[in-house]
Amino acid sequence: MTQLALVIDLNVCVGCSACVTSCKEWNTSGESGGGMSDKNPYGKDPTGTFFNRVQTFEVGEYPKVETVHFPKSCLHCEDPPCVPVCPTGASYKRKEDGIVLVDYDKCIGCKYCSWACPYGAREIDEKQKVMKKCTLCVDRIYDMSLPEERRKPSCVLACPTSARLFGDVHDPDSEVSTAIAERGGYQLMPEWGTRPSNHYLPRRKTKAHVTEEALHRIDNPLKKEEQRTPVSSDLPTLDDFLF
Amino acid sequence: MHPAFSVIFLTTLIGAGQGLFLALYTGQVYNTFGVVGDAAPSSLYIAGTFLVLVLMGLGLFASFFHLGRPERAWRAATKWKTSWLAREVIVLPAFSGMAFIWGALHYFNIDPVLVTTGTVDISLSLVVGLLAGLLALLLYLCTGMIYAAIKFIQEWASPLTVINYTLLGLASGFSLAAALAAWFGSSLTNAYAGWTLVFTLVGFGTRMFSLYRNGRIKRKSTACTAIGVRHPKIRQISQGAMGGSFNTREFFHHKSPQFVQTVKVFFLITVFIVPITLVVIGWSNHLFTLLAAAALVQYVGLLAERWFFFAQANHPQNLYYQAT
Repeated sequence: MTQLALVIDLNVCVGCSACVTSCKEWNTSGESGGGMSDKNPYGKDPTGTFFNRVQTFEVGEYPKVETVHFPKSCLHCEDPPCVPVCPTGASYKRKEDGIVLVDYDKCIGCKYCSWACPYGAREIDEKQKVMKKCTLCVDRIYDMSLPEERRKPSCVLACPTSARLFGDVHDPDSEVSTAIAERGGYQLMPEWGTRPSNHYLPRRKTKAHVTEEALHRIDNPLKKEEQRTPVSSDLPTLDDFLF
Repeated sequence: MHPAFSVIFLTTLIGAGQGLFLALYTGQVYNTFGVVGDAAPSSLYIAGTFLVLVLMGLGLFASFFHLGRPERAWRAATKWKTSWLAREVIVLPAFSGMAFIWGALHYFNIDPVLVTTGTVDISLSLVVGLLAGLLALLLYLCTGMIYAAIKFIQEWASPLTVINYTLLGLASGFSLAAALAAWFGSSLTNAYAGWTLVFTLVGFGTRMFSLYRNGRIKRKSTACTAIGVRHPKIRQISQGAMGGSFNTREFFHHKSPQFVQTVKVFFLITVFIVPITLVVIGWSNHLFTLLAAAALVQYVGLLAERWFFFAQANHPQNLYYQAT
């Protein structure tokens, strides 16, 4: 069974929000879904619907501190708590690829699913008055008119540091599964048993071991043999010959 | 959580409506089995049922304000196999309809005896009332489970949620019934006032216990599990939106801790202490005004209680919005 998901590498995410803007652009100007409305976008308190947000956390205490940029979107849980609570069946998980979707024509906007999501991944569209969330760009990843390498979610294509990987986490040989297995991919809030499909790759300490010996080769055999005469100020210098 | 007034009115109004119906039906059962001396006037049942339907109607009306797309509300009954909300959507009109039939049987005085044991007559309205009563209890379960079923809102995920919704609904319904019976001069006033005291006192115990429990919750989710970084010091410095978002509006009450504390003290006084005092005095002196005042004060208190119920709930998604 296929389970499409994103794997986000926190080690290389620089928090540029290119994934946020590309997501907004694709899902607003697309033909389906009615867009993601904004309220007061250029005013005092701009607000709007987003499927993906980049948050920033500061871990540790100065001076030992690390900044973690944390992109957050729907995790397409394997056991999504938002789906069974929906009274209308508008919220559903697709059997064929595991994407959790909202049928905007059935949603009554009761917000119960957003209460039932521990990650706060769902946001109501204030204009359409229905619940919205990341669709993994379902209108794009199966679009045969696009070249194959472009059939990926908008955020994945936009990421300048390739911090976002996309693929089938149930296929053990896929790029995402390999990344999860080899680089310690983990799930968010595992304590609730939601089994999120999206995984995060942890930060890694990249340390270069530079020793004194590597910079100044004190065991340089050439230097060992060399017998250098001590420099004396009484001897004539090059300048004395030239001028 | 953000306490939405639509849901506060919905849960308190239908809770009182169900409680009032159960009180009326208790009266009929008492009359049938001769617990209370003289039979209650059927005008009490008719006026009571009318009030039940008004309360249920107002509750239903309030609930529509919670929906983004109220015109599609009929769809909300489809997923009753998994969703407690869908179950509530089905049971609410079912109960109202059954209560309407029960009231109509009394209004038109159509009450054929189905079974008789010689001393006790089991009439049609007794059976209809039993069904409506069971639906009323089922509706308490559905309403409570909507909240108790969300396991990661730890303040709600407890049987106490259902118990409190039931007991406080019964208390407000029976206090209303006591006032109504006093108005009609029925001897049921005594039984209703007695039950009001029982439900209010037991409800006081369970609500206090839930306050005790909620004050000592050990959070399963922390900032560490939220972002998967194991470090005791994690501080959020940006939350992905400058002017707030749905997440900062829907899951926070945006009130000071002092305000929340005040609401808690207010509801403890107005739901329990004042109504108990008023009912005791009103009951012993047969004063309709005091019994009506008790019901009214308790309802206002329940609005505050429900507000606090929502405000107290801390959703784990708030870990991603620490700066709010």
